[in-house]
Amino acid sequence: MDKDRQDFLREKARKVRLGIIDALGIGNRGHLGGSMSCADIVAVLYFYKMRHSPEKRGDPDRDRFIMSKGHSVLAQYAALAEAGYFGKELLAATKSLGSLLQGHPERHTPGIEANTGSLGQGLSVGVGMALAGRMDKRDYRVYVLVGDGELAEGQIWEAAMAAGHYALSNLTVIVDMNGVQAMGRTRDRYAIGSIPGRFAAFGWKTFEIDGHDVADIAETLDKAADVRGCPTAIVARTVKGKGVYFAENTHTYHNNLLTAEDREKAIASVTAM
Amino acid sequence: MEKMKEQEKNPRVAYGLALLALARADRNVVALDADLCGSTQSVQIEKNLPGQYFEMGIGEANMVSAAAGLALCGKTPFVHTFAVFATGRPFDQIRQGVCLPNLNVKIVGSSAGLSDFGDGATHQSFEDMALMSVLPNMTVLAPVDAVEVAKAVQAAARIEGPVYIRLNRNDLPVLTDDSTPFEIGKPLVLAEGSDAAICVNGVTAGMGLAARETLSGQGIGVRVVNFSTIKPLDGEAVRAALSGVRALVTAEEHSVIGGLGAAVAECLSKTPLPTARIGIADRYGQSAHNYEELLEHYGLTAGAIAEAVKELL
Repeated sequence: MDKDRQDFLREKARKVRLGIIDALGIGNRGHLGGSMSCADIVAVLYFYKMRHSPEKRGDPDRDRFIMSKGHSVLAQYAALAEAGYFGKELLAATKSLGSLLQGHPERHTPGIEANTGSLGQGLSVGVGMALAGRMDKRDYRVYVLVGDGELAEGQIWEAAMAAGHYALSNLTVIVDMNGVQAMGRTRDRYAIGSIPGRFAAFGWKTFEIDGHDVADIAETLDKAADVRGCPTAIVARTVKGKGVYFAENTHTYHNNLLTAEDREKAIASVTAM
Repeated sequence: MEKMKEQEKNPRVAYGLALLALARADRNVVALDADLCGSTQSVQIEKNLPGQYFEMGIGEANMVSAAAGLALCGKTPFVHTFAVFATGRPFDQIRQGVCLPNLNVKIVGSSAGLSDFGDGATHQSFEDMALMSVLPNMTVLAPVDAVEVAKAVQAAARIEGPVYIRLNRNDLPVLTDDSTPFEIGKPLVLAEGSDAAICVNGVTAGMGLAARETLSGQGIGVRVVNFSTIKPLDGEAVRAALSGVRALVTAEEHSVIGGLGAAVAECLSKTPLPTARIGIADRYGQSAHNYEELLEHYGLTAGAIAEAVKELL
């Protein structure tokens, strides 16, 4: 990928991160850490890989993105606002009473494809969308973003088995492996073992990438789209809170508030990335 | 007509044929099953329209969420397994992924109530109507016989949103015909009477009619009212169907908590009648070698209904 394109995507990712800070506001609890860790992945999906358009939201051939780790929806809201699905001024109203932007994704929000938030369900929804695409002979792709902590949900593996059984090559799961869940480091709290190994055992083709390297993300998404005969899993090594120096690699900002001072520091930190 | 053909009496068989007719007419109708398609009769789709059938293995949670994904892409999925597994195991998936976004997913709970008599408590379902009724956007149907099953399938397909259909495993008497009205939310008077009313659905309809026979020999006039809809109920229509009687007995093959009796009582809360609720009394089931023996053990009989009416009058 040429440098201009990489710079373009890095700038989009920065805007997603600034949008997350906007959506958090001041003094309101919100899921900063997991939103920041997936910001680069979400930016590459919306501004490089996916076939989508806010003007053609109902297009049956559009690619679908499901934020299965629904608490990280702030990253998706920021990307959708940046892509023009709704005005950026809406971000500041996230989670306020009556807002279009709820604490977890709901389908009535423009650009949100499925309700998620109860962890472990999004990959199954993706299986259903991929089955429908095959049935209708449409060539859209389905992308599902899951967290590494979320992989403790048994339903993930029911879905992995279904996708393997039906050889859903139009389905790609991306694991935001930030290594930190609500109460601490994933490997200490509830170890998951080899994530690529687990997906491979269910018949998936797997890739391992640096989830903050936009070129690595983009090129791997391209490779995944060329795989035939099985679903694809991209395991992305990421940093919880990436870009906000005081929130990196800690569960403290899994779901926390920013003071006015924190907010300024966070904006400066992201701007300096 | 003496000897009714199997497919005319058995709700499951009628269901499979009705779903097949629907799916033939609309290729967006799809069936999902969790390794019970022979029993639930979604095998009719697998056998005849294999492109519209998805085997989802023994994984109900994934099956329901995958159905949500199919619905989000314009399909009308009918999800099948036994009632207890269709409603309890994936309750969260139904709540979060189907009912909250109001998706066009139909949940079909087969072998409901005690009707899977041999398999015991794990396979019997007394909670399914309560679980489904409490969810906003959900329509809950419990057709009374094989004829109504076919109408319920058609009606469910016409609703743009989630529907739960409760089905009995065993043969049931055919009490309605093609010309009997079937309207969601409206109770149906099966037999007239003015002293008391018996509210029934599913297997208890036959019992209610038998109790009416017994009581009429004793000079007591009983109206039998069928409730194929548990939710949403048209309160006006319910009050009209039950007007003029002095007492009420509800009879259901379900927990007395959260089912037919509760739904009727809600409709009559401002104009209450002396009421007895017959159903499963907050307990679990067990195995038996035949259905009738089990129904009797749990107090679901025509005799028990007749006694309850007499006690109230």
